[in-house]
Amino acid sequence: MEYTPPPFFKRGPSLLTRLSFFAVLSLILLYADARFHYMESMRKVVAVVLYPLQQLADVPGDLGSRVSSFFVTQSLLQRENERLARDNFLNAGLLQTQQALIAENLHLRSLLEMQERVEQSSVSAEILYFGRDPFSRKVIVDKGAMQDIEEGAAVVDDTGLIGQVSRAFPWTAEIALITDREQGVPVQVVRNGLRAVVFGMGYDGALDLRFMPVNAEIENGDVLVTSGIDGVYPAGLPVAVVSNIERNAAYPFAKITCTPTAGVNSHRQVLVLSRLAPLPEYPAASETPKGAKPRPKARKGG
Amino acid sequence: MRIGGFGHLVSEEILLPVKPAYIALTLFAALMLNLLPLTGWVLTLRPDFVALALLYWGIHQPRKIGFLPAWLLGLAMDVADGSLFGQHALAYSMMMFAAIFLHRRVSMFDLRHQMLHVVVILLAMQLIVLGVRQAAGGELPGWWYFLPSFTGALLWPLAHVVFTAPLRPRHDPDDA
Repeated sequence: MEYTPPPFFKRGPSLLTRLSFFAVLSLILLYADARFHYMESMRKVVAVVLYPLQQLADVPGDLGSRVSSFFVTQSLLQRENERLARDNFLNAGLLQTQQALIAENLHLRSLLEMQERVEQSSVSAEILYFGRDPFSRKVIVDKGAMQDIEEGAAVVDDTGLIGQVSRAFPWTAEIALITDREQGVPVQVVRNGLRAVVFGMGYDGALDLRFMPVNAEIENGDVLVTSGIDGVYPAGLPVAVVSNIERNAAYPFAKITCTPTAGVNSHRQVLVLSRLAPLPEYPAASETPKGAKPRPKARKGG
Repeated sequence: MRIGGFGHLVSEEILLPVKPAYIALTLFAALMLNLLPLTGWVLTLRPDFVALALLYWGIHQPRKIGFLPAWLLGLAMDVADGSLFGQHALAYSMMMFAAIFLHRRVSMFDLRHQMLHVVVILLAMQLIVLGVRQAAGGELPGWWYFLPSFTGALLWPLAHVVFTAPLRPRHDPDDA
């Protein structure tokens, strides 16, 4: 004798069945996203649906800042105006010399038959909100693929590099900050040209200069700029200032902490630079193995 | 409408029936609250309003809400947060299961004791997210990562008042 409930008590599949269906679906999505990055197009679709909602959620904060900026005192405006006029004057002088320098540089480069540097265009964008994922450091800006923002482009503010476009949605873009744990930036010490890579530490105001030997010639207060050898970041953008060095002979590498120069948390305007022209092809591996360091396995093959 | 001795534990008023559109409206409002551009310690303390709303309806109206809204809102939160695709979807689905599974038990208690259940369910939800991130090679965030569960549980009585406010029958002034 079967004890199935009469049809009017039927409530579809059981709770556990429904849970397993949705859990398996989520796990498939997770696996596809984490391993193969298959989910980017679907993510874009959801982002387009979410876009008006995000704009709507931004309204109260926007209104608040507008109201507060309306009640600015006269003296504050005057002071700011004075400062801007002074800055403008200084910049005009710099700009005039720079134009001469650009012309001279072009001339020298053509004399030396070097590859010409491409003029970079840029798009200014405004930070909509900070990413809420506690595992990564990201910001979302209000310009996207429709405004010619490409994935991988460098993002700067008026004082230095802040990050890289990690995802470009149609009208918004996600920027991975240089303080993100998975973000590495190839840099160069201005003082002596020493090359290194800085990594984010996962929290504000600190970067980690890894894999520098204990006796590396580096000092507190050294300025780090992008080296440009990765073909992603243009050379010469200020990145960080060395703030603390721990040299312990017990470890192979010195522990060097830096402070980012760009004020990611202090202002909302950023500049997204266009992608650089692709670097020339990496030379085919004739004598060196493909990996950066020769591994024992490669030796066995050779 | 409770039997005998349990009457004092829960509110005794009879509420109007909940319309699905009303549930959808509250979930939408919760999503908007989650999308607010917050920074700093406010963001650290901010409860997951979507999780709280889903949990509330899962416990109080398990017949009118299911896994699909939880899953879809999870996907929306994944995109909005820039986190792994499906991590919130999985966590919200698990949370919805806990809510529907425990709804008879939780609604037996008064609000203070419901908060204790809620904090455990929210913490379990966050642990799932943490587990997913660990499996995908993430690093442990600080202990503050779990703060939203506690603020969420503290907001439970407020959520109860807000969600049931439009459902209270109008009081007739002539009916002294």
